[in-house]
Amino acid sequence: MAGQAQPGTLPQEFRVSSSDALSETAAQAPSDQDPRTSLVRIRGLNKHFGGVQVLHDVDLDVHSGEVVAVIGPSGSGKSTLCRCINRLETITSGSIEVGGVPLPAEGRELSRLRAEAGMVFQSFNLFSHMTVLQNLVLAPVQVRGLSRAEAQKRGRRLLARVGLADKADAHPAQLSGGQQQRVAIARALAMEPSVLLCDEPTSALDPEMIQEVLDVLAELAAEGMTMIVVTHEMGFARKVADRVVFMDGGRILTSAPPTEFFADPGHARAADFLSKVLQH
Amino acid sequence: MGLIVDHIGVFGSGLRVSAEISACTFVLAALLGAALAVCQISPVLPLRVFSRLYVGGVRSIPLLVLLTLFVFGLPEIGVVYSLQWTAVTAMGLYWAAFFCEVLRAGVRAVPRGQIEAARALGLGFGQTLRLVVLPQAARSIIQPAASLLIAVTLNSSLAAAVGVTQELTGQTELLDQQYAQPLLTFGAAALAYVTVALWVGWLAGALDRKLAVSR
Ligand SMILES: Nc1ncnc2c1ncn2[C@@H]1O[C@H](COP(=O)(O)OP(=O)(O)OP(=O)(O)O)[C@@H](O)[C@H]1O
Ligand SMILES: [Mg+2]
Repeated sequence: MAGQAQPGTLPQEFRVSSSDALSETAAQAPSDQDPRTSLVRIRGLNKHFGGVQVLHDVDLDVHSGEVVAVIGPSGSGKSTLCRCINRLETITSGSIEVGGVPLPAEGRELSRLRAEAGMVFQSFNLFSHMTVLQNLVLAPVQVRGLSRAEAQKRGRRLLARVGLADKADAHPAQLSGGQQQRVAIARALAMEPSVLLCDEPTSALDPEMIQEVLDVLAELAAEGMTMIVVTHEMGFARKVADRVVFMDGGRILTSAPPTEFFADPGHARAADFLSKVLQH
Repeated sequence: MGLIVDHIGVFGSGLRVSAEISACTFVLAALLGAALAVCQISPVLPLRVFSRLYVGGVRSIPLLVLLTLFVFGLPEIGVVYSLQWTAVTAMGLYWAAFFCEVLRAGVRAVPRGQIEAARALGLGFGQTLRLVVLPQAARSIIQPAASLLIAVTLNSSLAAAVGVTQELTGQTELLDQQYAQPLLTFGAAALAYVTVALWVGWLAGALDRKLAVSR
């Protein structure tokens, strides 16, 4: 028999920390942006892991239809920022609004709003005990209250859209990495989120599969989907993003349109980072 | 040998009572154990603490001691019902602690990413548990749960020690007192226990293989 339970070994995913509540009381910084078009609005976001601060006073606005590429060196806090936006991580202080609504601390309402920000993970995370179609049907039925038939129709439409109509009854383990990630994108879209968060969607893929996933994301962007994409694919950032955000040490150092950013990163750390990744 | 054949009915009824006790104990332990496991992963601190204290405490008491406490203690505080059901209650409470640990280990074997994906899609705690975590944990739970069922069955013989003479070991003891052939009578009882244990193990293996296919 296993030893007695240690608090640190329990699945943290199930915990809801009381520090969630802090965000509600945070002061709202005045913004020069029109709040009506600001779909994601982050003000004064701080995040600590234990004693270590990994996000410092982050402000970010993402407008409806905008595609933001987040780049930066390893450990700069890109994933943490993404995960804070849909509250997979609790935040220490600051405020995050999605669609003008601040994320509540916990409970049913948080679950519902969380679904407004779809998430695509580096490691796909498709439900391994379900078929592809079941993966797409689960949340729309359980969370949005769609009928099974409706959800299946939507699921098949989305599978066709990512080029996998014939894989509806396959299990995730039977698919290639690129196919799994395209299913994961379809699964996120099945909730009709207002913004799609992608955390290094192609980093776990073999080189020959990267493009098929980037193509799907580029198509979504062209159709007006609001996206925050953490990526090391500079070609994608240059061609598809409306804005490149460079992070280092838990701070956003620069935020500029790609043409501007790649011509002149505007910050020594960013220039240094670019020279390294562009060498490859 | 003739002794066994003559009293095969006695062994049969003993085995039936033992199976009944074991099955009831296991069901009770599974239900309670599941509740304890849910407490341990719940966001509510007092529930987690309670569950951990329960598991830690109950596991530290020898089953025979617990059984004796129940059989003699319950009438003391005015709770009187049949000896057999008192034994089932005590054993169910005892094995629940172990069942909780089996479930918890199974839940922890589910990759973190699966739970994060479920949460990111807006599923709540209960939905994530029911629709994502438990179905995936089931597979890794089958074998340890079968071992537990075997342990429950074999240790149901302790009920004889507190006076449940109708069950297999109890019946065997009565025969032994009558004919003083311990090797023969207890040998036959051992054979019966072994048969049940092997059968449970085989069933678990079959279930495991079936789940592997549907994956
Ligand atoms: N659960 C955690 N507990 C403690 N520290 C963490 C945790 N998650 C991340 N960190 C730390 O926070 C910092 C930022 O991590 P994060 O994963 O956000 O970086 P990143 O920019 O996504 O890096 P990468 O490019 O390697 O994915 C790192 O120093 C990391 O070690
Ligand atoms: Mg990361």
